[in-house]
Amino acid sequence: MIKVTIDDVEIEVAPGTTILNAARQAGGDLVPPAMCYYSKLPGTGGKCRTCLVEVAAGSTADPRPMPKLVASCSTTVMDGMVVKNKTSERVQTNRGGVVEFLLVNHPLDCPVCDQAGECHLQDLGYEHGSAKTRYREERRTFSPIDIGNKIKLHMNRCILCYRCVAVANQLTDKRVHGVLHRGEHAEISTYIENAIDNDFSGNMIDVCPVGALTDKTFRFKSRVWFLKPYEAECACTKCSGKAVVWMFGNEIFRVTARKDKYGEVETIEDKTAWICNDCRFDKKDPSNWNLIGPRKIDRHSVISQGKYATKNDNNPKLLH
Amino acid sequence: MSRKLLIEHAEVPGIASYETYRKHGGYASVEKALKTMSPDDVVEEVKKSGLRGRGGAGFPTGMKWSFLAKPEGVERHLVCNADESEPGTFKDRYLMEKLPHLLIEGMITSSYALGARRSFIYIRGEFMYVLRILEKAIAEAYANGMLGKNILGSGYDLDLVVTPGGGAYICGEETALLESLEGKRGNPRMKPPFPAVKGLWGNPTVVNNVESIAAVVPIVNEGGEAYAKIGIERSTGTKLISASGNLVRPGVYEIELGLSVEEFIYGDNYCRGIANGKKLKACIPGGSSVPILPHYLVTKTAAGTDRLMTYESLADGGFASGSMLGSGGFIVFDEDQCIVRNTWNFARFYAHESCGQCSPCREGTGWMEKVLYRLEHGTGTLEDISLLEEINKKIEGNTICPLGDAAAWPVAAAIRHFRDEFEWHVKSPQEAQTRNYGLIQAPLEA
Repeated sequence: MIKVTIDDVEIEVAPGTTILNAARQAGGDLVPPAMCYYSKLPGTGGKCRTCLVEVAAGSTADPRPMPKLVASCSTTVMDGMVVKNKTSERVQTNRGGVVEFLLVNHPLDCPVCDQAGECHLQDLGYEHGSAKTRYREERRTFSPIDIGNKIKLHMNRCILCYRCVAVANQLTDKRVHGVLHRGEHAEISTYIENAIDNDFSGNMIDVCPVGALTDKTFRFKSRVWFLKPYEAECACTKCSGKAVVWMFGNEIFRVTARKDKYGEVETIEDKTAWICNDCRFDKKDPSNWNLIGPRKIDRHSVISQGKYATKNDNNPKLLH
Repeated sequence: MSRKLLIEHAEVPGIASYETYRKHGGYASVEKALKTMSPDDVVEEVKKSGLRGRGGAGFPTGMKWSFLAKPEGVERHLVCNADESEPGTFKDRYLMEKLPHLLIEGMITSSYALGARRSFIYIRGEFMYVLRILEKAIAEAYANGMLGKNILGSGYDLDLVVTPGGGAYICGEETALLESLEGKRGNPRMKPPFPAVKGLWGNPTVVNNVESIAAVVPIVNEGGEAYAKIGIERSTGTKLISASGNLVRPGVYEIELGLSVEEFIYGDNYCRGIANGKKLKACIPGGSSVPILPHYLVTKTAAGTDRLMTYESLADGGFASGSMLGSGGFIVFDEDQCIVRNTWNFARFYAHESCGQCSPCREGTGWMEKVLYRLEHGTGTLEDISLLEEINKKIEGNTICPLGDAAAWPVAAAIRHFRDEFEWHVKSPQEAQTRNYGLIQAPLEA
């Protein structure tokens, strides 16, 4: 085990751990945000630059600080490394810059976006964004397209994290999905608008940190914070059948995988519990599912009704 | 006149053919290295020579070679980076077009030093005609036993392949180049691991610029120490400089490092001064991504000493009053050139060439381009100038690969030295559309 200090908290982790994962082991608010890194999808990370941290001392052997901020998701810890995240002014300023960059071409159409309430970009904007934009130019726009008959792609909202590309690469067997063009014109696409016909393609909705990929069976049906998430399972031959069903009264509005506080699909019985498209899109009748109990959501403040309700408990409409 | 180690025979008729090249002393380094030296001896000579990477970063080549991991039973590769796409830089194209065998000779000697059995030349997609020249030269080298099995009876085998890219600037970044060479989208990889440990197809790989590889030929022929005697301090040897802009005689020059910038611009053996009797306004000494220098900092440093064509002297004063030797793309502006327009042009280039993988570069380069477009076209505001500085700071150092820095530096430097010209564009938009600002005023003596 090696020792690493993150924001004055000393942690012991296994060699080869990244700074981000070390911080996640410690937990709390010293964990840098991550928009593109997804621990369950090898090869992701390094792209969004929101997880930049300052390395104040490289290691015990070589205690020099690293000159540049480093991406904590793809930098491994060394023994005696000292990392600054929350405690570094430089990190906070530059992270603010990254958030500003992510937002310059983002439509900020949260009021009509299905991801609102569980959007990592919203969280990030809330923490690091500024109230006013300095971007006066025209935003880059695309028309929404269908990726298969169940998934809608709003490229305008995409932050090009490449997570869905990794899903297409690693979970689905015939890859017809990737990034076209480059720079500001880069876009997620299926070659070209080929429908993705695969049992696990729906997982790209779950990995999407923003509202770029949405579930067509759920679009515009409800705001997520009006729904009540339940852990549920069903007998499925294709996937683990372990999911979260989002209910309003006795109706199932949508089905997602079970995601942890970092928005990542949980590991259940040593396997990442991706769910298949049948469970996600077609099993909308409560009789399909065995409800286990309420799902605890602790990251997204709006959905975790506890906080929301106590602040507004004079407003009974917000409670189901 | 400087000694020419690389392009001395460039204008000899027929030098692109094997026979003529051989008659002019070609392939001597291959014979010397393969017959009388061990691979480590060659690496040692390159280390002694003090040769620094000619692609732009100026990292010592010998040191780069010694970092190459050599695990048992794993193939190693040498990849030549011929994806020369930096605006203002055209030295490698000249070298490959005129002297294809010099590059091949350098590739053989360097591959031998590194123990590579399969080496690659990754050439920019736009250089199709150069690719044909190289392919022909490689075929000649195979036919004459310089490539293939058992070269010159030494038992050393080498296959050399030349592959074109798709014409993307980003593929000049070494890891994006390797991705592209593997047939993937040319996105830079996260480092570490560096290519010296995990490069092409996961094998240890060295990626070197065309000119660096060509320079190995005279280093092996004459010895590293003799090479190190040319130049001054840590800038040894000769360097190809591609001079462009408003010069009497632009072109590719081979200079001994340590030549004064004044001599290079005004000397009779070099560019012979500014064309049409105009005055020098500014100079970008190392390709579009290095900071621009205003006329009063071109031939003299801020400290008042003569500025020399060396890695150190051009960088004297840091980014506040210096620049970089970079790739040797020497761009000169006369008094009639518009710095704002030029900066916008570069910004447009970087916005177009950003791979779009990491957010600061993808969004930042596009943003800067749009703001500069407005400034140039008369709809900018004074806040835009400070906004550009802010965007710059947020891109610089925060990206995966150096393209972000390369996009940020020229804009930052243009504003640093030519702020009055930017402000003039904002305050007199009508006038700025019809005439140029002219020379910038030199700052008052401290």
